[in-house]
Amino acid sequence: MSGPSTYVPSSAIGRWFESRLPIMGLMHGSFVAYPVPRNLNYFWTFGGILSFMLGAQIITGIILAMHYTPHVDYAFGSVEHIMRDVNWGWFIRYTHANGASMFFVAVYIHMLRGLYYGSYKAPREVLWILGVIIYLLMMATGFMGYVLPWGQMSFWGATVITNLFSAIPLVGDAITTWLWGGYSVDNPTLNRFFSLHYLLPFMIAGVVILHVWALHVVGQNNPAGVEVKNIERDTLPFTPYATVKDAFGLVCFLIFYAWFIFYAPNYLGHADNYIEANPLVTPSHIVPEWYYLPFYAILRAIPSKLGGVVAMFGAIVILAFLPWLDTSRVKSAKFRPVYRVFFWAFVLACVGLGYLGSQPPEGGFVIAARLLTIYYFGFFLVIMPLLGLFETPKPVPASIADAVLAKNGAAAQAHS
Amino acid sequence: MVHTKKISLVAAILAGALAFSMSARAQDHAHATPTPERQSWTFGGPFGGFDKGQLQRGFKVYREVCANCHSLSRIAFRTLAEEGGPGFSESQVKALAAEYKVKDGPDDKGEMFERPGRASDRFPAPFPNPEAARAALGAAPPDMSVLAKARSYSRGFPLFLVDPLIQYQEHGVDYIYALLNGYTNKSDQNWNAYFPGNKIGMAKPLSDGQVEYTDGAPATVQQYAKDVSAFLMWTAEPALEKRKKTGFRVMIFLILFAGLLYFTKKKVWAGVAH
Repeated sequence: MSGPSTYVPSSAIGRWFESRLPIMGLMHGSFVAYPVPRNLNYFWTFGGILSFMLGAQIITGIILAMHYTPHVDYAFGSVEHIMRDVNWGWFIRYTHANGASMFFVAVYIHMLRGLYYGSYKAPREVLWILGVIIYLLMMATGFMGYVLPWGQMSFWGATVITNLFSAIPLVGDAITTWLWGGYSVDNPTLNRFFSLHYLLPFMIAGVVILHVWALHVVGQNNPAGVEVKNIERDTLPFTPYATVKDAFGLVCFLIFYAWFIFYAPNYLGHADNYIEANPLVTPSHIVPEWYYLPFYAILRAIPSKLGGVVAMFGAIVILAFLPWLDTSRVKSAKFRPVYRVFFWAFVLACVGLGYLGSQPPEGGFVIAARLLTIYYFGFFLVIMPLLGLFETPKPVPASIADAVLAKNGAAAQAHS
Repeated sequence: MVHTKKISLVAAILAGALAFSMSARAQDHAHATPTPERQSWTFGGPFGGFDKGQLQRGFKVYREVCANCHSLSRIAFRTLAEEGGPGFSESQVKALAAEYKVKDGPDDKGEMFERPGRASDRFPAPFPNPEAARAALGAAPPDMSVLAKARSYSRGFPLFLVDPLIQYQEHGVDYIYALLNGYTNKSDQNWNAYFPGNKIGMAKPLSDGQVEYTDGAPATVQQYAKDVSAFLMWTAEPALEKRKKTGFRVMIFLILFAGLLYFTKKKVWAGVAH
């Protein structure tokens, strides 16, 4: 996809360096000359936005770690110290805490875009699976990060989630004790969570490099869902076309992000997390951060503990099998009228599960969560395999250039 | 035809799920405490800031009433003179801190000793530890440093989705204000309309005329409650004013930047079919 490098260093030093380590050529091939389908829409700017968010989280996180104390007696106080005594500490902390939410907003849009346009289908299976791994690492990182301020939700959230491992037959209790470093969530747990919370983002960065590498081997999918056939006709160089479009998308996203940092910094958190952790007082409702709520609803929808844990992790792992669950020959939902309906119903089901995850697990909430859990798994295990066999897709354009022509032709007709 | 059938099936499932959750909500609400009323605060909205006079009055209420039982352990005296706060002068803060006894040590004989407070000290707690507070009062009163952010109430669907748009962020202070005015059962000093279960450990703390105001503000429970709630918002979020001011500048910058990028993007893409 990248083709032979066209990079020619302009200076003598550049030529000397390039013949020894061709890193500038690699960068040039990846982010300047790299051919981009010309029909990409703004949903394709979220890859760049996610890279930015990872960088922002790492930088703000490193600064926070300079002032934070991972000890049960001092953690809560050290966060308040950051908020009060560290220069711009409130800004760094709110940027980091809300940054986690924004990271997940962006990743959910990115994933749903892939689901809508069939970006997981051949030849992008490995690219997709690497994405699922990044998502799993993000969830682990976010969860451990929420424990660090050592508020009531930190402590009880950590207790609930680590307790899930005790559902594993035979070795469950031993594994949970091993995870805790003791017989309950305590100082050793906080210490290791801090250590891992610092480590995992760099692992994410590593998998992101693989993700981008795999992307640059197979090329981007696009709204038409047809592969690039002619580089000249179907694509444009990354710079300036994608660069400027990504930059515009990113700055719009930053406006949304900044709104939360400056005007609603605690909206996405839980008030109970401003109460210091107390192992003797259990909050009336223990809820995780919003981005885990759909999975939390699935966990509680299943009447057995082990079953709930399996369903919850299964709901994430099933994503890795999408390339083989979807039997359709057509990638883009643009040309799959029936799939489109089920897709939007799936989005609604996820939002519904998210709402139910925030509510107490009783009465109608549980019944609703069960129905939506059935739809969640039915979508992947029944609808996707069968729909590919029974659905009659609309005609797919022969090439990206044809898709662009058809769109511009329709627009021209609409104008006249 | 087939499509419409499938669509209606999916819609029916979703509608059913929604109806179930709604009915559960209604049951839930029947037993719930009333929702605190939304108050108007000077620090609400994108350009909000603290009213120095109100913070000083609120601090007086805290000192004379709340501080008998509640600690304020994360707040240093010096912050009372910092920008965006109650606006005391540095000499006022020094004199104020000196009125407190602070435990320090050990000295060179290995003894702990008491000395007058300094501006850099934090407010000493009324009890040496939560156990002592519990022994004296029956329950340990919460520390008040971040109380305004540690309390909230549910606005329910769909209002909770509107709150970030209208920048309604004062759930905690509204709850505290409602609670302080919620002692409406004359025969029971521990009955509170807004406390879950209505039985609160803190007996009615405020009564009219209890704290003397020198600036002409009415010496009523409502005014005390309002002022001390505002003071607690400041202790919980001392950088609130700076945050909102910075936010406005950041927004202006980002919107202008986005506008420039939009036109640059338009120009770059003008010549190519896409």
